[in-house]
Amino acid sequence: MKIKQLSVFVENKTGRINEVAQILGRHGVNMTAFSLADSADFGILRMIVSDVKQAEQVLREAHFGVSVTEVVCLSCSNVPGSLSNILDCLAKEQVFIEYMYAFSEGETARVVIRPTDLDRCIDILSRCSCHLMSRNTLDQM
Amino acid sequence: MIWNPSKECMSREQMRILQGKRLHKLVERVYHDTPFYRRKMQEMDVTPDDIRSVDDIVRLPFTTKQDLRDNYPYGLFASPMSQIVRLHASSGTTGSPTVVGYTRHDLAIWAEMTARCLSAFGTDRNDIFSVAYGYGLFTGGLGLHYGVEHLGATVIPMSSGNTAKQIKLLHDFGATAIACTPSYALYLAEAMAQTGIPRTEFRLKTGIFGAEPWTENMRREIEAKMGVDAYNIYGLSEVMGPGVSHECEYKDGSHIIEDHFLPEIISPDTLEPLPYGQQGELVFTTLTKEGMPLLRYRTKDLCSLTDEPCRCGRTNVRMSRIVGRSDDMLIIRGVNVFPSQIESVILEMEEFEPHYLLIVDRVQNLDSLEVRVEVRDGFYSDEISKMLALRQKLSARLQSVLGIKADIKLVEPYSIERSEGKAKRVIDKRILK
Ligand SMILES: [Zn+2]
Repeated sequence: MKIKQLSVFVENKTGRINEVAQILGRHGVNMTAFSLADSADFGILRMIVSDVKQAEQVLREAHFGVSVTEVVCLSCSNVPGSLSNILDCLAKEQVFIEYMYAFSEGETARVVIRPTDLDRCIDILSRCSCHLMSRNTLDQM
Repeated sequence: MIWNPSKECMSREQMRILQGKRLHKLVERVYHDTPFYRRKMQEMDVTPDDIRSVDDIVRLPFTTKQDLRDNYPYGLFASPMSQIVRLHASSGTTGSPTVVGYTRHDLAIWAEMTARCLSAFGTDRNDIFSVAYGYGLFTGGLGLHYGVEHLGATVIPMSSGNTAKQIKLLHDFGATAIACTPSYALYLAEAMAQTGIPRTEFRLKTGIFGAEPWTENMRREIEAKMGVDAYNIYGLSEVMGPGVSHECEYKDGSHIIEDHFLPEIISPDTLEPLPYGQQGELVFTTLTKEGMPLLRYRTKDLCSLTDEPCRCGRTNVRMSRIVGRSDDMLIIRGVNVFPSQIESVILEMEEFEPHYLLIVDRVQNLDSLEVRVEVRDGFYSDEISKMLALRQKLSARLQSVLGIKADIKLVEPYSIERSEGKAKRVIDKRILK
């Protein structure tokens, strides 16, 4: 279950991330999850949004540098050790993770993973005890 | 097509003889009609009789832009105002502007030499030119304008600015050629793409670019984005205006209109003449000008000359691309840096947009050079490491070309100002301190 993630290049200037949020809000695009990775003078805002195509278009029109990549999103129970079980599965099969971010709500935790080899990662995860999320299940959140 | 074969394909020996005769007449004229030159020549103990061939040019005094300013407005004119039919002036960012006067004969020569250029670009009387250089005191607009008319082609006196209207008229009037600055050409090409009008609906085939230095990479960029065959035209208003030199179909240097302008290359430091092939400052002597003839005018443009025969059949000397201006040169940590060097590195990397800004500063007595660039759409990544790798790639290439390290700053799309005229690409904060 591949999910499209939108990445936005932002210079380290106050208010830039807020501008992204405002533009998406104005166009009725909802952010399900996001994380910010930053270096000394720029950052990359990674987001799972309700409408990738539209978000990409409106941000590009507002002169943001954007890219779309595929990631995998899974849910697991929000208890100690559950993430470690999943990471163990991937490590055993030598799947390298570029980055990941997580968010939890009540009894469930959701994790976005960007592996180097997406297909193999999905294959391995579907064999271990975790639930891969689709676009639809994400929208119902 | 070669417009004036008797002048453009002369043997080198014949050209030397013609130039020698014209130089002698020129020196006689300025000695008698321009007190400035008479005084200078007297100081150097040279009389018109000493100047018999082109080899004697080294005995003549140089002229600089400062001399033009010091003699503002008409001090260097060699013809009475009753003979002057037009004035042009260059913008004076520092001090007085410089004024140039033309007689009727000067304007006729200018139109003919510009027609030579346009003919070398493969255009003829069937072409429709949009002249998008500024019309007015600047020589670009009117210079090209009369050249197009002399060629017998159609001219649209578009002038600069108002890009939406430019595009509409290029389209509606079926323009086949455009003349403007290369940086505006890039801007215009982007704007044309944004209109969504298919390229096939435009008839543009030739682009004539000058008035600012540009590079081979910029040519490729313009040709790809605008879909034209792009040619360089060179000139400067002090000497005449656009048309002093031009490329031919081989695009291997620009042929100088040598029967009217005698070129030299000198060392900007010692002022000694340099042989063909060596890079230095370009100097022109106007052989036939009546209104404001100049002896050994220092252009500040750095390039080299060659007299090797060109495949096009023209025999006149060709100048290389301008690699920089001796007064644009930045000295950073003791190293000479030309913005054009940085430009060519950026332009040859498809990962970056062709727009950049250089910021030079001095922090704790150490010069710093910051290069701001935009990553091109399609090369943005979700990974910091990939973006840093892009930056590192540019940094390494710049270091190998410049010999010093530059700080690269990746900036958001469209955050560097697009130019509608000459682009402001360097901010030297050291000057302000
Ligand atoms: Zn040629």
